[in-house]
Amino acid sequence: MKIPGRALLLALAVLATGSGASAQTPAGGDSRRSGFEFMGTSTQAMQKDDALNPAMLWVKDGESLWAQPAGQSGKACVACHAAASSSMRGVAARYPAFDERLSRPLTLGQRINQCRQHHQQAATLRAESQQLLSLEAYVALQSRDLPLAPPADARLAPFRKQGEQRFLQRMGQLNLSCAQCHDQNAGGRLGGSLIPQAHPTGYPVYRLEWQALGSLQRRVRGCMSGVRAEPYAYDAQELVELELYLTARARGMAMETPGVRP
Amino acid sequence: MARTLINAPSTARRGEVIEVRTTIAHPMETGFRPGSDGKTLPRDIIRRVSCRYNGELVFSAELFSAIAANPYLAFHTVATESGTLVLSWEGDKGFSHTETIALSVTG
Repeated sequence: MKIPGRALLLALAVLATGSGASAQTPAGGDSRRSGFEFMGTSTQAMQKDDALNPAMLWVKDGESLWAQPAGQSGKACVACHAAASSSMRGVAARYPAFDERLSRPLTLGQRINQCRQHHQQAATLRAESQQLLSLEAYVALQSRDLPLAPPADARLAPFRKQGEQRFLQRMGQLNLSCAQCHDQNAGGRLGGSLIPQAHPTGYPVYRLEWQALGSLQRRVRGCMSGVRAEPYAYDAQELVELELYLTARARGMAMETPGVRP
Repeated sequence: MARTLINAPSTARRGEVIEVRTTIAHPMETGFRPGSDGKTLPRDIIRRVSCRYNGELVFSAELFSAIAANPYLAFHTVATESGTLVLSWEGDKGFSHTETIALSVTG
């Protein structure tokens, strides 16, 4: 969808007439559905088969970066963490997590950069750079099929609360909140696309629209420019807080990384 | 060096039909899109993909601007004898990449 403006106007019309479809209501108690279930069968097939999933290009890259020495320390990730398949299992499912040194929550990507800075004495990787996404995807792959398990750390609570407020807060010239689409109108349509429930189960995802791998922050920023709000900068505290809330909202849902999304 | 994902069996019975599945990282810039400066970005696509099985051409394809980034191609061939499958991608800006798969045929 290269014309979010028009699509949003359509969505506004839907909201105004109140004819938007309500969220999917399955028989089970849990009405949460991964974005995977909102996709077409061909896109689902792409995600399910690692030989078809283009995100595996990044994963493969991440695997070699994991073993490649970086910075003045001359150490690779593998030197401290050993094999990712055991040491990183379940790690991505716990992020964002509270960082003692900085006294604030960090996303997985930020955590990787902290590690590079302090333990490898290497330059930090730019947000959305191929290297950072590759490492993130490789680490997150180790948690595939595990339930999202945001930590119950009490120090995260105020940040999570902030994130929730931001999720509910209207923003931008279109004056829409995240909740208006993803809570109240999930399952409805925004132009031609189904509105998913916004559960961050597959990040970083290969998005067909981007024709590349991208982080949750990129996705959220895209939504923000869609409602014509000024997107927060990459790694801004606000985006981390939103991510904290979104992961808490999706608690227990299975990780799908690396996901494919339309 | 382009990044690739290759999926192919390493062994097969003689006469068996095998599937080779390939993905290559490539931007496939169409040549029609304007860049941030308003000027059209020059075309940068893979134009030809081919596979030689022990030197014999068993598959080839021509790609054009409409193909998405990171093109995925899958094809079948008959395993006749042990040897190598040489996959090659050629494109604009002198792009060229080759991957070799060893195949051992039994029976």
